[in-house]
Amino acid sequence: MDLTLKIWRQASAEGKGKFVNYQVQNISADASFLEMLDILNERLVVEGEDPVAFDHDCREGICGACSIYINGRPHGPDRGITTCQMHMRNFKDGETIVIEPWRAKPFPVIKDLMVDRSAFDAIIQAGGYVSVSTGGVPDANAIPIPKRKADEAMDAAACIGCGACVAACKNASAMLFVSAKVSQFALLPQGRLEARERVQKMVAKMDELGFGNCTNTYACEAECPKEISVSHIARMNREFLGAKLLSEK
Amino acid sequence: MSLKYSSVTKKIVMSLAGLFLTSFLVVHLLINLLILFDPTRELFNEAAHFMATNPLIQTFQYVLFFGFILHIIFGLVLQIQNWMARPVRYEKKGSSEQSYFSKFMIHTGAIVFIFLIIHFANFFVKAKFGHVEALTYPSGATYEDLGMLVVNLFQDGAYVIFYVVAILLLGFHLDHGFQSAFQSLGLNHSRYTPFIKLFGTLFSVAITLGFISIPLVIYFS
Ligand code: FES
Repeated sequence: MDLTLKIWRQASAEGKGKFVNYQVQNISADASFLEMLDILNERLVVEGEDPVAFDHDCREGICGACSIYINGRPHGPDRGITTCQMHMRNFKDGETIVIEPWRAKPFPVIKDLMVDRSAFDAIIQAGGYVSVSTGGVPDANAIPIPKRKADEAMDAAACIGCGACVAACKNASAMLFVSAKVSQFALLPQGRLEARERVQKMVAKMDELGFGNCTNTYACEAECPKEISVSHIARMNREFLGAKLLSEK
Repeated sequence: MSLKYSSVTKKIVMSLAGLFLTSFLVVHLLINLLILFDPTRELFNEAAHFMATNPLIQTFQYVLFFGFILHIIFGLVLQIQNWMARPVRYEKKGSSEQSYFSKFMIHTGAIVFIFLIIHFANFFVKAKFGHVEALTYPSGATYEDLGMLVVNLFQDGAYVIFYVVAILLLGFHLDHGFQSAFQSLGLNHSRYTPFIKLFGTLFSVAITLGFISIPLVIYFS
């Protein structure tokens, strides 16, 4: 198929940036979206032009690096899938595809379609962990955990931190990401010990970094490649309220 | 002042204030509907008299006023922060929202606020500080005829249209707000959330139809 790509080009973080149109021909419907961009980039290199910079790593839907906003949707059309797993059969021959980077104040553009997502790391550093003292390896089954809880924690832990929730949200809110991380620990006994401080620290960090406030539009859930449920946001709100009301200090 | 509160706290305040204001809407609607069921307006005037003189309700008025202020200020702060969180907009706007009216809360809210001011000037200020003709009923009771004020205002077609539009927008605001409040408070449960959503929508439709029916019936009769 032949396509017109309208791509955001920005030379550097400080650069101004603008949309540039590219034509690509003979793209197979079976090519992945990133492969299509590879084909374009190979041509650009041959022509002596600067290739389009975009993030990617595993190309199998597990790392969350491939963050591209395609035709008004993070990771493009198709539900529950990352950009690298999305195929060109989702588009029609002759279509114009608008390709943009994630847009959020805490996610500044580094170059073209690449954004700096260290804000997510900062949130994790604020409390998204379980402190463990060193010692012998504990027995895996020493702490009984109900299957339902384990499953729910696993669903939350499926978050790959790609930032699609922020990109999709009209408020650039990071609540789905933060709540998935809070939930994943809050549901398990190992995480309960630090649950109260964790939720407060992570929310405070998220606010400090300039992410927007959640207005329950649920766009995040619709666009999450791991289909993480907004019920985790409610759990985080619950955890937060409980922590505020019950914390000792 | 509300800047120092966390995003989650602000949302909790928003939802509590919003739910509180919603309960006020129910009381208001029930009283308004009395005007349709009694052509002499005695029931309505009596209820209005009660609301204006009962000390408990008079005190409650301040709580209500405070609820409005909180809901408006926090709503504005949240919205401004949300705009600031995305300084560069998308070329191709997304529309993945699953709660449709969530997109327009600031817009519907702003128009309802303007409506509120006009409404306040038309009824509240007149009832409280203006002069309203008193009416003595065969039962011997004498009440200020506030019902006449309502009937007169709803003779004006332009006002009726404005009223109907404002209430419709209020309905849209409620439809998102109702279920959103529960989510913000952390009340989400696979068994009850679908019910809350359905109830919120039916409730919003009922409130909207209830309020709208009054000017329409008065205008066309
Ligand atoms: S490149 Fe790893 S998820 Fe797409």
